[in-house]
Amino acid sequence: MSTLTGTPPRTGPKLSTVVAQPRPLRLLRHSLALAKRSLIKTWRTPEALIDVTLQPVLFLVIFVYVFGGAVAGSTHDYLQYLLPGILAQTIATGCIAIGVNLNTDIAKGIFDRFRSLPVPRSAPLVGAVFGDVVRYVIVTVSTLAIGYLLGFRVESGPVQALAGCLLAVLFALCLSWLPVYVGMKVRTPGAVQGVMFALIMPLSFASNVFVAAGTLPGWMQAVVTVNPLTHLVTAMRGLFLGTPVGNHVWWTLLWCAGFVAVFMPLALRAYRRRV
Amino acid sequence: MIEAEGLVKTFGSTRALQGVDLAVPRGTVLGVLGPNGAGKTTAVRILSTLLVPDAGTARINGLDVVRQAERVRQSIGLTGQYASVDEDLTGRQNLELFGTLLELGRAGARRRAAELLDWFDLTAAANRPAKTYSGGMRRRLDLAASLVGSPDVIFLDEPTTGLDPAKREDMWDVVRSLVTNGATVLLTTQYLEEADALADAITVIDHGRVIAHDTPDGLKRVVGGQTLEVRPTDPANLAPTAAILSRVGSGAQADEIRRGVLAVPVTDDSALTESVARLAAAGIAVTELSLHLPSLDEVFFTLTGRTAADDDTTRTEVAA
Repeated sequence: MSTLTGTPPRTGPKLSTVVAQPRPLRLLRHSLALAKRSLIKTWRTPEALIDVTLQPVLFLVIFVYVFGGAVAGSTHDYLQYLLPGILAQTIATGCIAIGVNLNTDIAKGIFDRFRSLPVPRSAPLVGAVFGDVVRYVIVTVSTLAIGYLLGFRVESGPVQALAGCLLAVLFALCLSWLPVYVGMKVRTPGAVQGVMFALIMPLSFASNVFVAAGTLPGWMQAVVTVNPLTHLVTAMRGLFLGTPVGNHVWWTLLWCAGFVAVFMPLALRAYRRRV
Repeated sequence: MIEAEGLVKTFGSTRALQGVDLAVPRGTVLGVLGPNGAGKTTAVRILSTLLVPDAGTARINGLDVVRQAERVRQSIGLTGQYASVDEDLTGRQNLELFGTLLELGRAGARRRAAELLDWFDLTAAANRPAKTYSGGMRRRLDLAASLVGSPDVIFLDEPTTGLDPAKREDMWDVVRSLVTNGATVLLTTQYLEEADALADAITVIDHGRVIAHDTPDGLKRVVGGQTLEVRPTDPANLAPTAAILSRVGSGAQADEIRRGVLAVPVTDDSALTESVARLAAAGIAVTELSLHLPSLDEVFFTLTGRTAADDDTTRTEVAA
């Protein structure tokens, strides 16, 4: 500790001279710096990826071999049908974690530090959402990989399949603003988990993830038809299997825009109020 | 320069601040002294733009903390009671992150992090996650983090609470060299000793109100200055020791404050050496001899007529 009695180094530019950059650029750069923080944390705690790596494996194996014969006549046909759905479902449940993590994180001193710095207020939240891209890429790759081992094959082409993957990751990023909002609004991490599960569970089952909508009673079909996951799953099935995509890509993108337009401002407002 | 007038903040039914004025001239240290729950942290959070006051105004270098918060944040550094660094990141990653957020650029952030790690003697631990750091190291990293942007106004919210005495002295040295470099510092503390060692002026707050504002010497005059405590080796020597102490003291009688320990208020710094000389001349051996500033409890008792811990649930911490 003897070095402490020296002079504190004060080199480097004075702050007031360097902050005059356009706001959107600053927001982007600050968010990326904070996304890097999330990535380092993910890297340090790989066990936090269990939800997005193990869950699709379990669901695929159980559903394909238990229900495959009954639902689709053969396990292979059902695997082809189910894989895009499981991917969508895993992405929807995987984004619960960001709400839980932010809820824990925000109680720590580091968020005070962020708020005392000349950083756009939204940067810590935007950064956390960006940082989760890696999680979603891991879900997508690991689900496709296990699918291939079980016999899933892309029937369209590599470009379409890649587009399907990108659509899934984009959907996850946009849907993330819902758990971020809940994470800012609800008091404890456990409560975030509970609220989000109550929202995501019906969303993933009242969809065409597991069975085609045609087999359902009328009122349920109505629910399934408007469900954003249904649009995503139908779009991905089309992109992976070469079946007709219809307007489902557009509907999915519209839902994505809707999630961001509604939940991002709500989340930011809740964040500002929560001190 | 920090100026605050009539700060009021209420949380539900808790009136954390009830009209607090604070003033810290450029290049000086203000010690804000008070027990837990006095409103110290609330005041710091308002001044550092984390909280908006219900009433009153505050300016940092002439900039309003509410209306010009963004510009205020460019010139302040904040170190809280708890370490506000990321536990999963290494010391270096933490400092580089804050450098990036402060627009130092990649190379600038890296250079600044290396400088601060070196200055705070953390270079050897730089690449370990902060959660592996000891309490003292964490505190140093936290302070380093608040200095990344070379702020000229620094808030230190109980920077030494929970540190052992040696680490506390190290932290004091850091604060002193910051001031030498022209920083304006607002330091909250529960220790009169700390405020006395560092501050140019001391504001005592209690229940969200300022109850005294003075120089350390002025405050010590009011609350009774220092106390000399002596424990004679042989309890039979209590009476002659008391007689000697009463002569070197400020005229007051020496009292036995604990079993076998005598205390006398002293005003003169020479009282310590003088009593050593006189005790030696009288052939009285002692096992303990020390000079104490009044504790926070004593300060409060003098200023308010009640003990600081009266209505505080964290009595032990206050008395520490």
